[in-house]
Amino acid sequence: MAKAVYSILMVGVGGQGIILASDILTLAAMHSGYDAKKSEIHGMSQRGGSVFSHIRYGAKVYSPTISEGEADILFSLEEMETLRWLNYAGSGSIVITLRTQIKPAMVEEYPEGIEEELRKKCGALKYLEPEQLKKDIENVKFFNVALLGVLAEYVNLPEDSWKRAIEERVPRGSFEDNFKAFQAGRKYA
Amino acid sequence: MDKLLLSGNEAIALGAFEAGVRVGTGYPGTPSTEILENLTKYPGVYTEWSVNEKVALEVALGAAITGARSLVTMKHVGLNVAADPLFTASYIGVKAGLVIACADDPNMHSSQNEQDNRNYACAAKVPMLEPSDSQEAKDFTALAFELSERYDTPVILRSTTRISHSKTVVLPAPEPRRDREPARFERNIKKYVMIPAYARSRHVEVEKRMRRLEEDANNLEINRVEMGDESIGIITSGISYNYVKEAYPEASILKLGMVFPLPERIIEDFCSRVERVFVVEELDPFIELRVKAMGIEVEGKCHFPVTGELSPDLVRRPLQALGFTAGKTELQTLQNEVQLPPRPPSLCPGCPHRTVFKTLHKLGLTVTGDIGCYTLGALPPFTSMDTCVDMGASITIAQGIEIAEGKDREKHTVAVLGDSTFSHMGLPGLLNAAYNKRNSLIIVLDNGTTAMTGMQPNPLSGERINGEETVILDYKKLGEAVGIQSGNIAVVDAYKPGEIEEAITRLVETKALSLLVVQGLCVILRRRRGRRS
Repeated sequence: MAKAVYSILMVGVGGQGIILASDILTLAAMHSGYDAKKSEIHGMSQRGGSVFSHIRYGAKVYSPTISEGEADILFSLEEMETLRWLNYAGSGSIVITLRTQIKPAMVEEYPEGIEEELRKKCGALKYLEPEQLKKDIENVKFFNVALLGVLAEYVNLPEDSWKRAIEERVPRGSFEDNFKAFQAGRKYA
Repeated sequence: MDKLLLSGNEAIALGAFEAGVRVGTGYPGTPSTEILENLTKYPGVYTEWSVNEKVALEVALGAAITGARSLVTMKHVGLNVAADPLFTASYIGVKAGLVIACADDPNMHSSQNEQDNRNYACAAKVPMLEPSDSQEAKDFTALAFELSERYDTPVILRSTTRISHSKTVVLPAPEPRRDREPARFERNIKKYVMIPAYARSRHVEVEKRMRRLEEDANNLEINRVEMGDESIGIITSGISYNYVKEAYPEASILKLGMVFPLPERIIEDFCSRVERVFVVEELDPFIELRVKAMGIEVEGKCHFPVTGELSPDLVRRPLQALGFTAGKTELQTLQNEVQLPPRPPSLCPGCPHRTVFKTLHKLGLTVTGDIGCYTLGALPPFTSMDTCVDMGASITIAQGIEIAEGKDREKHTVAVLGDSTFSHMGLPGLLNAAYNKRNSLIIVLDNGTTAMTGMQPNPLSGERINGEETVILDYKKLGEAVGIQSGNIAVVDAYKPGEIEEAITRLVETKALSLLVVQGLCVILRRRRGRRS
């Protein structure tokens, strides 16, 4: 790895499973021998609001939070949230976004022009088609782990570390299915 | 030993277990809640959710003076509630270690204020440690127990949201302490009975202990100097240390693990070795003012914000503006130009509190609110809450409004609070209302749990911290016992809008003190239980 510290910002909406996914990623980094930190917020802000998790790993990590413009990857599970957190990405960042739109409470019309803005601003943009990815996996229950499989193609961590991290964090007995979904995500990427 | 990835809160629980803690008490509060939730999982440790923080600290103090190492957990504002026992516990001291793990919430991610609890260490004259990551959170917890016993004092372990809720790598101790033998209380009247005659001599002991601690702080390894560029020295602690290392790794740093009392000789020596000294700390200028009082020239809050959280950028930018340019450089960021609607938190779909707030909105009453998920009733589409101050204040603020408005007021006041908040500090307010002949309507939103902080049981849930069954407070008997007429006490189903409206209208019309309980299990808890069965 050329960079001293690698930073990934995961964003989405409460209930999308960001916390578990970022847990697995941070564990995988730790199992690969890196110093690893992640930071998120629990409590009132979680109730249906915008959710984020900062993940950083490298030889030595100090700040658990990412500075603006510093995220190597902005990984988003909701289109509007991708734009909301765009300032954490810089010209060299990879932006990966799921084509999913969740309307905030009290909002009638989902804002327009999101994809255009993303295509205009991001140097490296990858749109993930949820329906297509869901077809590739056997059970949609494991969708989030499949998304981690996609992310795994963009971060350089050994397969064994991912395996171990997934095994430690998914319910007992579901590892095989989860890992299959992870592999499907890798292929999709 | 395998490395673990732990949050600061998980690490504090592990540190307490490794240090042989026998009793853990606390009241849930973001960002501190997970400390006790994790401690419950360890063998040989008694844990309880106490009804409030004052009770939690007193239970733990009782255990500590009997000889069991005890940990109390709470959020920053919880220490306001526990301040009464804290100041006298400082005089009484301990027999086995007593550690108060207290989590501040800079930026108020889930709080009503962002008070800086370092001020409590100074005010109550107890030492305070502040970790910078989960490894230190674990190690400092163990050290806090040792210091507590060595200096015969409670010790406060201060965390902040970014320590409590960040996960970092931790190496566990090879062997936890195992001496968990039952203790025996030994009478020591002059130490434990704080009547003036005995308290006076204890205060002298407190001052002696603090002088000893001030001196010994200079030899504590957790107060350490990292010399670098001598043109700039930075004094810092806690999470801010990480931001300094990130923003300006070349600087000379004095990292304080103990933030009260301060190691004056280390500070003097450090400041004499660098040209210009900055203090980087979140919230109050706590360290800055004390170093200035030593007669040393330092700069702090004139460059770094006194509100909210710090970040690497908020440390780097002011330093760069002053010509310290060796640190990280400003990064180009991508800027979104599309107008986005905000995504504020809101009551969950299907939340049992929704109907009450819809009804209150419709009736246009003056509503005093309280602390919990239901404070979201203040936001659209409900906008049916007029005040929110602190735990239990719904009932008492309503009384003040009534008194000030006098007899010919136009609107009735309605106090709204949750079940956990009601048992935390609603009871004295209720008693006050009955005793002083007030006549507001008190609505308890009983969703069977302490939802905001992640589903902790309370005296109205029928279950203890470990799932064990227990008694449930009886609203009807309670209401009658304080003096509310039985006809003015009602319990209704949270999902029956007609009944809720009818009950509120009827009770408001009685113009007497009344109690309405709206019962409906929290949807998150219902979903979880459904999944389990």
